[in-house]
Amino acid sequence: MNTSEQVVNEILTLAASHFKVPREKLSPDEDFFKTLGIDSLQALDLLTRLENHFHVELPDYELQGVSDFRALAEKIHARM
Amino acid sequence: MTQSLEKFQGETLSWTVKDGVIELALHRAPCNEIGSLTLEDLERFVSALQELQLDAHALIVYSTMKPGFCAGADLRELYKRSTAMDVSSATSGVRDYLERIHAVMNVIDDAPLTTIAAVHGVTFGGGFELALVCDLIIADKMARFCFPELRLGLIPGFGGIPRLKRDLGNAVVRDLLLTGRSFNVTKAQQIGLVSQIAAEGEALRAARSTAMQLGKFDRRTAQAAKKFIKPIPYAELREEIDLFCELFQHPAVAAGLRKFVESTDALPYLP
Repeated sequence: MNTSEQVVNEILTLAASHFKVPREKLSPDEDFFKTLGIDSLQALDLLTRLENHFHVELPDYELQGVSDFRALAEKIHARM
Repeated sequence: MTQSLEKFQGETLSWTVKDGVIELALHRAPCNEIGSLTLEDLERFVSALQELQLDAHALIVYSTMKPGFCAGADLRELYKRSTAMDVSSATSGVRDYLERIHAVMNVIDDAPLTTIAAVHGVTFGGGFELALVCDLIIADKMARFCFPELRLGLIPGFGGIPRLKRDLGNAVVRDLLLTGRSFNVTKAQQIGLVSQIAAEGEALRAARSTAMQLGKFDRRTAQAAKKFIKPIPYAELREEIDLFCELFQHPAVAAGLRKFVESTDALPYLP
């Protein structure tokens, strides 16, 4: 099973690829809304891609108060 | 605006007919929010449908907007209109609007041809309800469904609850309505909502392939089968309108609409 750290890395790679941001510009503790320059609609898009990638279901209300990649990874890891 | 029975290009939608398949394309930016303009165009469509369906065997409804199929009711228009009048007048206006929407939805639901919603991305609220009136939902991998109305102090008002109850188990309906959470296409297929999943961007292609197959069957038999297996819950649909209008009068709704409208997000759909 993936560790939480592995999950973070996979999220960063997927987000960088999809939103066409250099991978090295993303770090786990940064605000993904600001770093990726996305709005809530694109955040939902990211959520769908992450659910598909990790084969989990994450209710979107779990994203409340979550704005950095590490916290997002913890939420996803808790569903694996 | 191009007008003919078989080809129409409106402000919010357009339709074409080819080889017995009607294709209704939604194209109001940003995500096909259903306001007064879309309602007028939908009314034009269902009026034309009375004749178009005589020679057609399938209807595909889809969106050309990148964010998704349809984000639901135009909440900004609803807020603007309802705050310009007293609660009683606003509620009366909402009832009129709902009755017109229901009339459109009921025609599509009951149409004597097989209807397919080819969905992608955001399929929320009224958009979800539009997909639910169709016989089949074919979704691409990025489709996301939601009834977020509870977040506004409301319930779905375009017929979603009776149609959800018609199609899904009650436990699933409770989950979707009471949590107001969005869910992906894997979940949607697991619960029996979505009949086929297509690759990203390929829902329309899959719908066309399905429509072509439907053309091989005897139309009268297909119509009879549909009528037999798909009841229209008219009484519950009317009850839904009554409940919606009753809830609409509560101050929580105005507060919820104001919060939505004042958001700087293009589509503030995170809970």
